[in-house]
Amino acid sequence: MRLTLKIWRQPDAQTKGAMHTYELDGVSEDMSFLEMLDVLNEDLISKGEDPVAFDSDCREGICGMCGLMINGQAHGPEVTTTCQLHMRSFKDGDEVVIEPWRADAFPVIKDLVVDRGAFDRIIQAGGFISVNTGSAPEAHSVPVPRDDATRAFNVATCIGCGACVAACPNGSASLFMGAKVTHLGELPQGQPERDARVVGMVAQHDAEGFGGCTNIGECTAACPKEIPLDVISRLNWDLHAALRHGH
Amino acid sequence: MATTTLVTGARASRSTITLKLLMAASGIVFILFVLLHMYGNLKAFAGHDAYNEYAHHLRTLGEPMLPYEGFLWILRAALIVALVVHAYSAFALWSRASKARTQKYVVKRNLASSFSSRWMRWGGVTILLFLVWHLLNFTVGKVNVTGGATNDPYNLLVDTFDTWWMTAIYLVAMFALGMHLHHGTWSAAQTLGLTNNARARRNAKTLGWILAVVIAGGFSLVPIFVLAGVITK
Repeated sequence: MRLTLKIWRQPDAQTKGAMHTYELDGVSEDMSFLEMLDVLNEDLISKGEDPVAFDSDCREGICGMCGLMINGQAHGPEVTTTCQLHMRSFKDGDEVVIEPWRADAFPVIKDLVVDRGAFDRIIQAGGFISVNTGSAPEAHSVPVPRDDATRAFNVATCIGCGACVAACPNGSASLFMGAKVTHLGELPQGQPERDARVVGMVAQHDAEGFGGCTNIGECTAACPKEIPLDVISRLNWDLHAALRHGH
Repeated sequence: MATTTLVTGARASRSTITLKLLMAASGIVFILFVLLHMYGNLKAFAGHDAYNEYAHHLRTLGEPMLPYEGFLWILRAALIVALVVHAYSAFALWSRASKARTQKYVVKRNLASSFSSRWMRWGGVTILLFLVWHLLNFTVGKVNVTGGATNDPYNLLVDTFDTWWMTAIYLVAMFALGMHLHHGTWSAAQTLGLTNNARARRNAKTLGWILAVVIAGGFSLVPIFVLAGVITK
């Protein structure tokens, strides 16, 4: 198939970017979206032009490295990561607009690559539990109710790709924080640091310049791991608990 | 505005979630108030004397424990505090959100957000402007656009809504209020951390619909029935 690609090009963080249009022929519907960009880049390199920079790593939908705004939807039209999106979701003659995640907390490094270090710092501020490493503890020493374990596992699927921020009109990372707070707070091991975790993560989130949540649900619709909105309710609940406990 | 350092001395009370909590709490004060207010307005269906007696009773409520209009002033003070808190939090969060994405998308699709949720901010401004007019109309200024009596609450009401464009203004405002309640109710429940599973989320959204229809619909009945000539002087 033949596609018209409109891609954000920006040589570096300091220089102002703009949308550029490329015509790409011979795209197979079996290609992944990133393979289609690889084909475009080979074409650009052969013409002596600068290839389009984009992030990717595992290309299996599990690492959270890739992420593009495709025709106004984070990760494109399917509920999956950009690397697992295939060209069969498009048809011959389509115009495809490709932009980087837009959030001031995720500054563009080059073209479609953004710096998601803000997420790392939010995790550093509280998205962990403190345990001694070494030999594995006795599995029965800390019983976990089945429903709690299931819920923790379900939201632990968050891969930190940033689609929630990209899709949110407020540029809020509440779904990301909610997933981490729920995942750790649902388990016995997460209890000692529960108050400090939510307070630290939310303070870092706010300092990074993310917006506040307005509970409209664009994040969960864009999430490739289908993290539900419940986690934001849980995040809010935990912050109120911390407030009551004097944090 | 990404940083490269970790925040020290984090305080829960300084967070955006605390602003949202304030917004939810003050919003609930307004929900309770508009429910009462809507109920009072329906007294117009009971006729001139019943309506005016209700209006007078509001001023003598609590006497002799409270002075004349005492209850009303306590209510007004609470509403003013709620309004300041609600508007301050809203504008603070609005300003944060606009700074969070200064470079807009060329193409951005809305997939899940309801019409009412996207209209919360401008709808809120609409309600605020309406509130100014409404207070001038019925409380502070007592403006009778037909030039008739202003000291008789029932007659002022009928004169106002007999004027088609006044009824139109009120119906537009009630549409804005209904939309605000539809998303606001659910959003407050979520902010208060009460919607921790799929069923609770569904219930909160249903409650939003019910409050929007009952309150905005209940308020709209009186202007419509005055204009239709059912409620007359």
